[in-house]
Amino acid sequence: MTEIGRILEDTAVELLRIAVTELPTEYVEVIDEAMEETEGAVGKAQLTNILENVDIAREGSKPMCQDTGIVAFMVKVGDGFPLRSEVKEILVKATRRATEEVPLRPNAVDMFKGNTRDNVGLNGHVPIIYFDLVEGDDLELIAMPKGGGSTNIAAHRMLKPGLGMKGVKQFVIEALSNAGSLGCPPYFVGVGIGGGEDICMKLAKEALLKPFRIRSEDPKVAAIESELLEKVNELGIGAMGLGEGPTALDLHVEMAARHPASLPVGVVISCWALRHAKAVISSDGEVEIDKSV
Amino acid sequence: MDYHLKTPVPEDEIRKLKMGDLVYITGTVITARDEAHLKALELHEKGEKTPVDFKGVGVFHCGPIMKKVDGEWTVIAAGPTTSARMEIFQDNFIETFHPAIIIGKGGMGDRTSKACQEYGCVYGAFTGGAALLAARGIKKVREVHWLEELGMPECLWVYDVEDFGPMIVTIDTHGNNMTQDVKELVTARMEKIMAEMEG
Repeated sequence: MTEIGRILEDTAVELLRIAVTELPTEYVEVIDEAMEETEGAVGKAQLTNILENVDIAREGSKPMCQDTGIVAFMVKVGDGFPLRSEVKEILVKATRRATEEVPLRPNAVDMFKGNTRDNVGLNGHVPIIYFDLVEGDDLELIAMPKGGGSTNIAAHRMLKPGLGMKGVKQFVIEALSNAGSLGCPPYFVGVGIGGGEDICMKLAKEALLKPFRIRSEDPKVAAIESELLEKVNELGIGAMGLGEGPTALDLHVEMAARHPASLPVGVVISCWALRHAKAVISSDGEVEIDKSV
Repeated sequence: MDYHLKTPVPEDEIRKLKMGDLVYITGTVITARDEAHLKALELHEKGEKTPVDFKGVGVFHCGPIMKKVDGEWTVIAAGPTTSARMEIFQDNFIETFHPAIIIGKGGMGDRTSKACQEYGCVYGAFTGGAALLAARGIKKVREVHWLEELGMPECLWVYDVEDFGPMIVTIDTHGNNMTQDVKELVTARMEKIMAEMEG
């Protein structure tokens, strides 16, 4: 493997380690504030446990949750970056290494043969890799392992366009109500509207990583985000679904144009541990890791 | 109230617990998720013995991260998984094996609640994702079963634990179910929000 390939592999392993062991401090601060504000003893205890657990993880460099998820990478490859088709193979190798070294729990299950034991499989689909081609000489890499509990409460519906934005908002509220206690609240919520049956889900997943608590530049979208975040919290699911403390910490909406006959909506939810880490690698192999949100 | 229980926990001690109590346990906790529940029940139906006795111990809905260090299994992270997946056979499991406490996160439904009432079992909610708090209470990995067949997250890990917790009792033997109570409130609020929603 080339030198730059080795750098990419090491960086990907490091990003997975950071993602599963260090919760971004911006999230920790908000959970801490919520813990102070929560009056009920049950909710307060849940948030206190989360914070204590996050501290132990950071200090000991250990995964904060045993479910280190299905591994996903978001990759933006610049025109001048020296690697192309090798990137996928390198990220697969990095996933195998991280499984051993961090360690990650082996979470890739072959329906016929059982757990593959290395977080890789089948047919080139896991780890999940999203590629984008961009201008410039750098490669931007985000590692985003996501656990099964909050993945299971994702929701998708092809609405009748006549239901309009009101129908979209009602669907989001319904999805969160159904999620209830199941996915380790307080949640982060991503909503994808339009695009098609597949793209709305991808947009919803990407929306989770939009800048924390910063509303959309589009004032109409920003208003929907604020309204939905408020209403989701009015549901009163609370920390761990025990009815006390916040239900959601943030919510983002990402939009795409839709077919006239379709109104696809995706809702992707993350548990309190929205794990991710980002790095930018320059064409000459310099690595800059960004742990903020 | 806080309770520090030792396994095997006698049924009368379990029946003293009430919804909202905090529980810590010392003794034996065994991990079991979907596959392990199924396999244990299948063995029982065939008249065969399970490799471990679940009576009076903690059954932990957990697929841990384990690592072999110097030939010995050690726990890296071991938090609870979503218990609702086990709702389809938990009542049968409680009736068959008589565990003292089911440990998990996210709560369970009416079937489990009924079995807890009838056979003297409680559900202890451990904070979801708090895998290192849980690991701290695990002192020793005593045994592992079905590792080859089911893999690391799904097999039976038998732990010696000390003051493992805190778990909050959300299902007791008196018919209470905290998660179910919150769920009803949430559904009512959802209906109100939906009705008042503007375009």
